[in-house]
Amino acid sequence: MSEAMTGVAGRAAVDEVPDYDDHVVRLFIVASVFWALVGMGMGVLIAAQMVWPQLNVEPWFTFGRLRPVHTSGVVFAFGGNAVIGTSLYCVQRTCRARLPGRFAAEFVFWGYQLFIVLAALGYVMGVTQSREYAEPEWLTDLWLAIVWLTYLGLFVGTLLKRREAHIYVANWYYLAFIVAVTVLHVVNNLAVPVAWNESDSVSLFSGVQDAMTQWWYGHNAVGFFLTAGFLGVMYYYLPKQADAPIWSYRLSIISFWSLVFMYMWAGPHHLHYTSLPDWVQTLGMTFTIMLWMPSWASALNGFMTASGRWDRLRTDPVLRFMIVAVVFYAVATFEGPFMGVRTVNGLSHYTEWTISHVHSGALGWNGFIVFGAIYYLVPRIWGREGMHSRAALEWHFWLGLTGIMLYVTAMWGAGVMQGLMWRAYTSLGFLQYSFLDTVIAAKPYYAMRLMGGVLYLSGAGVMAWNVWHTIQEPRPVQAPAPVPAE
Amino acid sequence: MATDEKSPRFARLHGRFERRAVRFALAILVVLSVGGIVEVAPLFALENTVEKVEGMRPYTPLELAGRAVYIREGCYVYHSQQIRPFRDEVERYGPYSLAAESMYDHPFQWGSKRTGPDLARVGNKYSDDWHVRHLLNPRDVVPASIMPSYAFLATTPLRVERIDRLMRTHQRVGVPYTEEQLANARADLVAQAGSADDATEMLGRYPKAQARNFDGQPGLTEMDALVAYLQMLGTLVEFDWRRPRPDMVR
Repeated sequence: MSEAMTGVAGRAAVDEVPDYDDHVVRLFIVASVFWALVGMGMGVLIAAQMVWPQLNVEPWFTFGRLRPVHTSGVVFAFGGNAVIGTSLYCVQRTCRARLPGRFAAEFVFWGYQLFIVLAALGYVMGVTQSREYAEPEWLTDLWLAIVWLTYLGLFVGTLLKRREAHIYVANWYYLAFIVAVTVLHVVNNLAVPVAWNESDSVSLFSGVQDAMTQWWYGHNAVGFFLTAGFLGVMYYYLPKQADAPIWSYRLSIISFWSLVFMYMWAGPHHLHYTSLPDWVQTLGMTFTIMLWMPSWASALNGFMTASGRWDRLRTDPVLRFMIVAVVFYAVATFEGPFMGVRTVNGLSHYTEWTISHVHSGALGWNGFIVFGAIYYLVPRIWGREGMHSRAALEWHFWLGLTGIMLYVTAMWGAGVMQGLMWRAYTSLGFLQYSFLDTVIAAKPYYAMRLMGGVLYLSGAGVMAWNVWHTIQEPRPVQAPAPVPAE
Repeated sequence: MATDEKSPRFARLHGRFERRAVRFALAILVVLSVGGIVEVAPLFALENTVEKVEGMRPYTPLELAGRAVYIREGCYVYHSQQIRPFRDEVERYGPYSLAAESMYDHPFQWGSKRTGPDLARVGNKYSDDWHVRHLLNPRDVVPASIMPSYAFLATTPLRVERIDRLMRTHQRVGVPYTEEQLANARADLVAQAGSADDATEMLGRYPKAQARNFDGQPGLTEMDALVAYLQMLGTLVEFDWRRPRPDMVR
């Protein structure tokens, strides 16, 4: 294992330190914490609506309109701000170069927030393309495209200015995230506006082709937004927190390219047994199973990086957040290919099992790796000695973990039950249950899921409190003088 | 100079990419494009992707307006419109869905979750009155339902003037509306929500369409449009189960 190639991140501070732009990183981190509360709060609200339907306030606050506010709120607002912010911090350090341009970074920040606000307001007013995770209409989509290309320019511009020979692994993933999202966003949102002065548009594709395009997008929104982007977070912040280089450089290369290549093929597993031609379903299933390999290669790289430091899991809650995140990444990417097998999908599709799977990934992997990165970053970018409250870190961790376990087991139980009840027959050969029977049977699970969501949201609330107080603390009077090594 | 002592050639090869930012970005672009090109592009070219069946026609203006309400309210996050070829689904919902049945759906509404039942063939299963009461307050007809109520649809007038542009845009993306259909869009929309006697012309332009006052109330509301849409879902293609067609069997 070559130290020269993997230790780049660690050596950045040795020479003269450029004047990094951390202002914009601070903005993104604050935004991420803020949108975490909004997006997760919205999730708790719609979970409550499934327990008490009276909570639907028509026309603006019904489940159908609020569900995209929740999904966009957590994926694009909480997750997006976190990944962009952490990427801008990471790329400057690992390239030893300041972000290019004077206004580009702030434009990306405010432009991205405007996109989120436009999208969310549109949803509650009923402005939607009805494409899952791509609901914003054409005008908002065009705006995001401009912001996103600026972000691409900002990131590549920093890479071009770098004073390190190699581009560090985390930046590969961030770059794949930015490039892939550009392609996905443009192709999936091809539509003709009804009029130039109206918000509505009509999708360019229809039926089968439209379904395939949408789930090519939908699956890779998971693959490149929620996986590649967050692996970028893992590849920089986990080694930093564990104070160790990435375990294997070659495994990084193999897992990176196989992930970039294979993810794009896996979309059809969202359309098993539908009117999509069988050859596409089979191809999609094959690559879905193969995806197990790059996923576990990354997970293995994460685990082995922390290897030899397991004792710190007791004492370092930030590292614990990150390692548990990798555990959930490994679990979710094992469950995913399993559910992508056509016969298993026959049971799991359309049920809460899918919801369980998504949330073990989103709450466990995406949420926890970002929480870890935020706790790593906040003291550093605000120049504090550490987080305000250590106890609050522990509270957040255990509230979050309990919440995930409740949520995931409740939805897993509900999903398997629904799938089995739908296909149950009596001994006389009649369907055993009406659809309504399955709705009634799921109700206790919905209540349990709501409790899990409330716990997880409270954890995020504790984090917001802790971040707020850390920022409010007075700066240390003077930076401690460097102590020479003994 | 960084090298990997185990396989220097491998490291040198990758070094050609990871030391060049733009080249690296382009390599990512090429590698990730392959899957989409192989899986998506042929669906537009292969003729057997969408089977040829009789009975499919573009939506009537009123159905299209109702479909726009369905999309706006996010019904696709709660209901699927895609019946899979399983015994239990076929018995519960009807014949499994064909690709042709969503060929005019821009965008498709297959959905991904059944919090409520599949709606691909809900047309003509319930009365108009049932649908209206159910949308006003689902728990009036299904006490254990957890669906939101949509009473405001009954009091929201349908914006008839928007149908011209909506249909014209659908034609632009490939739905075969004739100029005659486009020219009569508003008149047909109003006629379908009236009595069948007034709708003779409209019924000539749209075979198998149903014309009546869907919500039973005077005035043209979004409720009329949504119920008209729900009542036509899955009714266009006829399936005769006594004579199974071999080409339809998977």
